[in-house]
Order: sequence, then C-alpha cells, then structure tokens
Amino acid sequence: MAGITVEDLSTVYPNGVRAVDALDLEIADGELFALLGPSGCGKTTLLRTIAGLEGATDGAVAIGDRDVTRLQPGERRVAMVFQDYALFPHMTVSENIAYPLRVRGVAKSVQQETAVRTAEGLSLGALLDRRPGQLSGGQQQRAALARAVAASAEVLLLDEPLSNLDARLRLEARTFLKRLQRELALTTVFVTHDQAEALALADRIAVMDAGRIRQLGTPREVFQRPADTFVANFIGSTPMNLVPRGSQIIGVRPEYLSPAAEGLFTGVVSIVENLGVTSLVTLDCGEDQIGYVVPEDDEPAIGTTVTVDAPPARVLRYDKETGQLVR
Amino acid sequence: MDSSGLGVRRAVGFVAPALVLIGIFLVFPALWTLYIGITNYQLTGPAAANPQVVGLDNLVEAVRDPLFTNSLWLTALFVLFSAVIGQNVLGFLLAWLLRSVSPWLRRTTEGLVLLSWILPSTVVAFLWFAVLSRDTGTLGLLLGQPETSWLVQYPMTSLIIFNIWRGTAFSMLLYTSALAAVPPSQLETARLVGASGWQTVRDVVFPHIRGHVLTNTLLISLWTANDFTPFLLTSGGPNHQSEVLPVLIYRQALEGGQLGYASAMSMLLLLGNLAIALVYLRLLRRRA
Ligand SMILES: Nc1ncnc2c1ncn2[C@@H]1O[C@H](COP(=O)(O)OP(=O)(O)OP(=O)(O)O)[C@@H](O)[C@H]1O
Ligand SMILES: [Mg+2]
Repeated sequence: MAGITVEDLSTVYPNGVRAVDALDLEIADGELFALLGPSGCGKTTLLRTIAGLEGATDGAVAIGDRDVTRLQPGERRVAMVFQDYALFPHMTVSENIAYPLRVRGVAKSVQQETAVRTAEGLSLGALLDRRPGQLSGGQQQRAALARAVAASAEVLLLDEPLSNLDARLRLEARTFLKRLQRELALTTVFVTHDQAEALALADRIAVMDAGRIRQLGTPREVFQRPADTFVANFIGSTPMNLVPRGSQIIGVRPEYLSPAAEGLFTGVVSIVENLGVTSLVTLDCGEDQIGYVVPEDDEPAIGTTVTVDAPPARVLRYDKETGQLVR
Repeated sequence: MDSSGLGVRRAVGFVAPALVLIGIFLVFPALWTLYIGITNYQLTGPAAANPQVVGLDNLVEAVRDPLFTNSLWLTALFVLFSAVIGQNVLGFLLAWLLRSVSPWLRRTTEGLVLLSWILPSTVVAFLWFAVLSRDTGTLGLLLGQPETSWLVQYPMTSLIIFNIWRGTAFSMLLYTSALAAVPPSQLETARLVGASGWQTVRDVVFPHIRGHVLTNTLLISLWTANDFTPFLLTSGGPNHQSEVLPVLIYRQALEGGQLGYASAMSMLLLLGNLAIALVYLRLLRRRA
C-alpha cells in the first residue's frame, strides 16, 4: 500500500503536444481519487505517465517512498484497467485473472487458488471457464478488475472504467467499484469525463484542463465552491448560472435557487425541462438566461414572471478578468 | 443464387473467356504433365517420336533414384531452414523490432528489405555471384579469405542464406500488418505485469496472429519448394550438393532429355506441395 506523489510532471508527445504540464499532485494511501476533465485535457496521459507507459519529459513520480520515474512499467507495482478492458481473448477468465502470477512464475496451484478467490470477491465465480467473448460488458469489466487486483499491485489505475457500460449497469458497477475499493483499501486513481461519476465515487477530485489541475478537493468542495468559472461550468448535472455583474461574475447553482418575493434575478419563464423528480426552469432576464430547479408538480406556467434567490453562502463571485473565485 | 439478375446463360457468357484461358494455360499443361509422366517421352531419339506409356515405372524409378532422394532431402532442408525458420523468424523479428524505432529508421529498413524482394531473380543472382565468388568476391575480400569460393564450398548454406535474404521482406510485411491488429492495450497490460518480450510474444501476440503465421508459412514454404533461383546460383552443383527438386527436374528434362521421367518427378513435387498445404489447412481449421 502506498500513496502517489507527482512533482512538476510534464509529458510531451513527440509531436510537441504538452499533454501534462508541470503538474503537482499528492494522492494519499488508500484514497479513491478521480481525474476529471473535458476530452483531451490530459487525464489518460497523466494516468499512463504514472503507470510508466508514457515517459515523463520532466519532473518525478513516486509511489510510496520509491521514485519510479525511471522504472519500467513492470517494475512499478501498478495495475491498470483499460477502457476496452484488454482481456486476452484466447484465455479463460481464470487464466486472465491469474496471468500476472503466471508471468512471475508462481506455481500453478497458487495461480488457480488466487483466480478462484479473486473471482469470488467480484462475483465472477461461475464464469471462470468462459472466455471474454462470452461475457457481458459488466462481467468483462469485473474480470479486468479482478486481473488488476490479482496482480497485488500497490496502486490501481482505471481509465474510464465505466464508460463502456450502459447507464443502468454503470450505476451498479459504480457502487460495486466503490465497495471493492473500500474492502481492499487500495490506492486507486480513476479517469472520467463524467462529473457525476467523479462526485459519486471519489474521496477527492482533481479537475484538469489543458494538462494542468484547475481544482483539487473533495466532491463537496468542488461542487459547492468551484475555484474558477471553468470548474463551475464543468461540475454539476445542470450547468451553473454565471452572470456578469460589473467587474465580477456571479455564480449560483440552479439547485440552490428558489422563488422568493425579492432576490437576485427576476425574469420571464421561457422553458421548462423535466428532469424526473425535479424540473429545470429557464428564466429570460434581459441578456442572461437563468436556470433554477423546482420540485415536480411545482412548475410555473410559461410566460409568468418569477423572482429567484439563493442563500448568501451559495452565491459565488468570480473575477471577470481571471475567472478566479473571489469569495 | 442469381443475385446480379443476369440470368445463368449470360453469367456463363461472362466468365467463359476466363475459363477458357485458365483451361488452355493452366489445366491443360498440368494434365499434359501428368500424361507425360506415365510415358517414356524423351527430348530426342526414338522415344521422342513414339513415346510409350510405361505406367508408374517412372515414379517407382524416381523413388529408388539416389539423385531424387538426395534432392528431396535438400529441398526439405532448403524449405525448413530458409523459409519455415529463416524468413519466418527474421521477418517476424524485423516487424516486431521496427515497431518501436523512429519512423525514418523503420522506413529505411523496410525499403532496403523490400528492394531484395522486388529485384528480378536474375539480377539478384548475379549480385550474389559477385559477392560470393572466388578471388574477387566481395565477401571473400571483406573477410580476408579471397580464396574461398562460397558457392562451391558451402553451396546449400549459401542458397539458404540467399533465400532468407531474398524472401524475408514478404514475411516482414505480412507480420507488420498482422501486428497492427494486436490491441495495444493488451500489449500494455503485459508490460504492466512485467512480462518479458518473449512472454509477451507467446501469450499475447502469437494467439492473435496464429492464422497469419500459418498462412505465411504455407505461402513461403510452397514458394521456396518450387523456387528455381538456386539454379542461377549453383546449377545444383557441385556434384549435386545443392540440387533441389526444381533444379533436378529441369536438369533431367532439358540436360538429360528425360521428359517423361522429369514429369513424373514434377508430379511428386506437386504431391509434396499438396501434402504441405493439407497439413497447414488442418492446423488452420483446428484454430477455428
Ligand atoms: N500518442 C499521442 N501522440 C500525440 N499526441 C497525443 C497522443 N495521445 C494523446 N495526445 C494528445 O494529448 C492530449 C491529451 O490527450 P489524453 O488522451 O491524455 O486526453 P484525455 O483527457 O484522456 O481525453 P479523453 O477524455 O478524450 O480520453 C490531447 O491533446 C491529445 O490529442
Ligand atoms: Mg482518455
């Protein structure tokens, strides 16, 4: 078991793309850590650089107190699950799970034992003799996880582990992943571009953009107090209202706004979108559009004028020039 | 059946010219060879004018002929060492190693290797002649042994090395495209668990390219078994030491004038080829 320390790390591809840019990061032992960001921001590259699959151009990576920057991937004691799971199609589930042991020349009986035990832990017990082609997406994902777990690495790296699953299965797999990680207490870094997934799963989140970290914090911190307008825009299932006021930009989440006698914004209801238990109402306030969330059966009629307000603690102010949180 | 809506008659009309050409230039000569193989047809003399059918005598004679068995053995060695092992292994190694070098080095190597493949055999044979011959041969001069006549003192070894040099390009190209089909994430998984190069090839790469390996081995085995270029280099000599089957057949037919006998030996070569093909097909099917 070990934490991960990333220091001033840069990864530049041969074509000159600086995918990770002078990045500092500390991940605690046993933490479930999410790398979140839009497509192309360098999440996968950071993960691969930690694994050693990409060479660091600058800076250092340490796992526990070992500096692994110049070590081969096989010597770093990391396990990785790829987005396509990378199960070996010609091996059975049990052979796949035992493969890390087989490479190390562990006795066949121990391999078998480990495969069975690990598979049981991931509800794969009945599927040991199947080949990956005969598994569902969720089962493949768990088989890949099982192989990573069986490698008894110090660090587990997951690249978009849930993105190939359908919405329903994704929820299930998410819960499963979180429980497994708690049981193993294994330092885990996972990449996602789905903010809901990151908020639900992670102990801490790093929001990345253009190879740098924009904000680092617990899901609550990142959700409630986005450090800049980029993060504010990115986090939340409904986009945050960002309204220029003088030299500042006012940010309020639609979930925190509610109708009031007087308040921050007044406008005419133009659109009502049903989100299930709640509805998202859009107000036209002159230039700006303000969204706010109302409980079901409480929607205002289109064309009515509504004033909304939020608790002062939920109203964020950003500097218009820098986009940084002012208060 | 008739998906193009042509009607059977017109469809037959369209393919008929091709069938006729194939018939004239492929099927007929093959059958003609079979026929000649059971006669005592000769290039000159009474048997040239009036060949007699001698049945299987030619075949029996061939199997008993020490020249033929010698030649069969040499062909087997030639195929095994220059194609099955040489071209296969070297082609794969080149394809495997060139993946991770810089693009210009890869392209240069591929270009050089391809050159040996696209040059005409006669040109290539004379190049090698210049390299391997006695007194003025490049290799002899390089090694400081100009008195060695490689093609005479080590004829089979020379032929094997020549054929590896000549044919590796095909295997390399085939394996390069086969390797491109191996998912990178699987190779990286192997790297992450610390698999050695050999373990990666055995456990991850080979199962993916098994079909390619078999197809490639089949093709290069057949080409090598039927290759006539050895004649240009050694003419089968000295003293039949490098007389692979195509060379023996050619010499029997055109130098010895024994057309019937040589045809019978071609038939045996054909049977050998068929046997190789069947073994490979069996292996391929076992995969599926
Ligand atoms: N092998 C490569 N060679 C050159 N540039 C690359 C390579 N891989 C990625 N890049 C570039 O590096 C940047 C970061 O890519 P990366 O794959 O890390 O993004 P990502 O955050 O994982 O995106 P996504 O969410 O789409 O997977 C991108 O601009 C991408 O175009
Ligand atoms: Mg990615």
